[in-house]
Amino acid sequence: MADITLHINGDTKNVSVAPETPLLWVLRDTLQLTGTKFGCGAGLCGACTVHIDGIAVRSCSTPVSQASGKSITTIEGLSQNGLHVLQQAWIAEEVPQCGYCQTGQIMSAAALLAKTPNPSDDQITQAMNGNLCRCGTYERIRKAIHRAAGNGGAR
Amino acid sequence: MNPLSRRDFVAAGLAGGAGLVIGFYLPHGGESKKEFSPNAYLRITPDNKVTVVVARSEMGQGVRTALPMILAEELEADWKQIEIEQAGASTLFGDQTTGGSASIRTTWDPMRKAGAQAREMLITAAALTWSVPRSACSAENGRIKQAKSDRSIAYGDLVEKASTLPIPPDVPLKQSKDYKIVGQRLPRMDSPDKVQGKATFGIDFRLPDMKYAVLSRCPTIGGKVASVDDKDAKKVSGVTYVGKIGNSSVAVVADSVWGAMEGRRLLNVSWDDGPNKDLNTAGLTASLKQAASGKGASLFLAGDPAKATGRHVTAEYELPFMAHAPMEPGNCTAHVKNGSCELWAPTQVPQDCRDSVAAALSLDPDQVKVNVTLMGGGFGRRLEHDYAVEAAQVSSAIGGPVKVIWTREDDMRFSTYRPASLHQLNATLDGSGFPVALTHRIISPSISGQKGQPTPNNVDPDLPDEAGPVYGIPNYSVEYVMAQTAVPLGWMRSVYALQAAFALESFIDELAVGAGKDPLQYRLHLLAKDQDLPYFTTTWHTARMRGVLQLAAERSGWDKPLPAGRFRGVACFGCFASYMAEVVEISMENNQPRVHRVVAVVDCGQVVNPSILEQQIQGGVVYGLANALRAKITIDKGRVVQGNFDDYAPLRMEETPAVEVYAVPSAESPTGIGEPSVPPIAPAVCNAIYAATKKRIRALPILS
Repeated sequence: MADITLHINGDTKNVSVAPETPLLWVLRDTLQLTGTKFGCGAGLCGACTVHIDGIAVRSCSTPVSQASGKSITTIEGLSQNGLHVLQQAWIAEEVPQCGYCQTGQIMSAAALLAKTPNPSDDQITQAMNGNLCRCGTYERIRKAIHRAAGNGGAR
Repeated sequence: MNPLSRRDFVAAGLAGGAGLVIGFYLPHGGESKKEFSPNAYLRITPDNKVTVVVARSEMGQGVRTALPMILAEELEADWKQIEIEQAGASTLFGDQTTGGSASIRTTWDPMRKAGAQAREMLITAAALTWSVPRSACSAENGRIKQAKSDRSIAYGDLVEKASTLPIPPDVPLKQSKDYKIVGQRLPRMDSPDKVQGKATFGIDFRLPDMKYAVLSRCPTIGGKVASVDDKDAKKVSGVTYVGKIGNSSVAVVADSVWGAMEGRRLLNVSWDDGPNKDLNTAGLTASLKQAASGKGASLFLAGDPAKATGRHVTAEYELPFMAHAPMEPGNCTAHVKNGSCELWAPTQVPQDCRDSVAAALSLDPDQVKVNVTLMGGGFGRRLEHDYAVEAAQVSSAIGGPVKVIWTREDDMRFSTYRPASLHQLNATLDGSGFPVALTHRIISPSISGQKGQPTPNNVDPDLPDEAGPVYGIPNYSVEYVMAQTAVPLGWMRSVYALQAAFALESFIDELAVGAGKDPLQYRLHLLAKDQDLPYFTTTWHTARMRGVLQLAAERSGWDKPLPAGRFRGVACFGCFASYMAEVVEISMENNQPRVHRVVAVVDCGQVVNPSILEQQIQGGVVYGLANALRAKITIDKGRVVQGNFDDYAPLRMEETPAVEVYAVPSAESPTGIGEPSVPPIAPAVCNAIYAATKKRIRALPILS
């Protein structure tokens, strides 16, 4: 066990967990931020995607100790006021089916738009290819990212 | 365990049995003045809220939006009034199984009737309130209006009066042409929560003081626990309990998921591998070939194929075991206390969960309460109730609330798999190369049979929805040979239809190529005559199949030339009472197909929500394409080899084609839509590969 300080969604949280615990489980179990999902536990599906210092990372494969002191953003903190433009676009394009992977998809898309405000199809594919969706929503995800980019996605 | 098979309830529902139940529960009881609830599907309260109870499970297919739309249409409700409530396991709604592409088709009548019943009573209530004839009153947009006046009254203001009225047994239903809600692209009710991470899936549900459990299960099919050494597991911080659950698994319980996982990693279990320790994929394939010599049960027969004369063509096709792999791994929360059990289950079968848990804990079914959570996909995997029984058993063992979580590897290795199958196709051709006779023998183990459910006349009860005749061939036989396997079997999206369509539609393509004819025109020729093909409870119409095929030809530009390096393939199939045709465009890159475009055309009767329909078709194509390209579960030494998304790889964005969806306009009663788009994609792609390479693929997956 170790006492670890985390900066999450603008707040500071102190947790006492084994330092090798994946950030995913600290978010979900300890901090009850369950918008970040468990899909594979091996960095293969992207359902657990969060931002650490603005970069999309797989929280299932990131020991919490590595996130200590850095700025962590989860889906719950993606937008501090109302819906993020990507969330609006996701609703407008009716992307979610089961919805389980979509928070991870949106976090990957948000990291993309922050760097590349107007991504091409190829850039979208490259950024989103690590996020699996078994419902097959990829086409609408692509449309939603384009829609958000058109609406000033980087914000 | 299940008195009814998954299919019986569909048949019963369509025949006007269980699916037509409109539950009654004391509509005029003491508290009822505060709400108007003429049936179990609906409550209207004085604050003008209309709560629709959804008695099917939401796994992404949109039932929490589409089912309320059906009721709201007949109720003449204002869509903004509608709120939904998820039903748990109940006795009010008939069979609540969510599967068989049946949610809409089995609730279409009861939901419409429930809404119409309330509408008619609200009209009467307004007429009485105003002392005017009923005929002067009409329902519109959540209000009753009086003709030739400005007078109107909100449904909420009629609650008290309406609650005192007798419930009319027969009510008029609206005509399709008058629909205002059904047929509209209304936004899904669940999207805002889902994009914000606020939607509560089974894995997110939490009880105070809840523990978490993962189980170590015997990796060999049919094996048992021999001995357990839990010394190291118990040293893990937070681990509170280690103990056997049933004969073949050991639970590790901890304060956190990670603690339980770490405990399991350090647990030493010796397994008694049991009777299947030498089982492997080669042996399983050989056993299917061996079973093929057995006599089949007839599923469909027209004419007498044995007597037809002409040139004979035969071919065999094979498909492997496949795993559903929904994004949310298996889980269930249970709390056993004081001789009762409450479950929070992401399940397609709340009533099976209730009954199985009751049996496992020796409780009465009414001592088990099942709450249904959102599901992160289902695809048939959550038609099983294994995770619910495990959770109940662990909760019972530790005497407190617990969530059992499966890892991805657990999901992959302890799934219930789409059965492997072998298909023998045989045609007798006339001088033009068209079949005068066709025989399709399906050799596959039976899912229901393995589970001990009824298989009347040696026919798996799913086949009536999934392996029907497509073409009006004068001598046409479809047979089923029930094979046996030790590999656990389950219903996976489109079930046997994926197998049947791959074999039949590849074979038809072979015949077309052999005859030197265009594969799409060849199919249209076989569908040219209007014929009804009765098959169990469905009658297939060649005219409707011809309709989807023609529309697919038109929308895909089948007759137009393609750019160099592009090739087309087509397939059509009918299942779950819907008709589907798909045209694909591919190119070959490094000897592998890349699918660029899919034109998917469906005839599923009345469309309830075109946006959700498009989601289901696009999703089914993507799911089916992953099945076609790579999905293969193999067995070695009695164990499932694959473990995660690296060796069982779903489709990613880079491989996903553009899928254009078209529905044939129809006012017929709605038919299935969750599954029918899955089966045609594999043969369509394989037929395109043939067009590109002159190589015929007779075994899935394509990239094996």
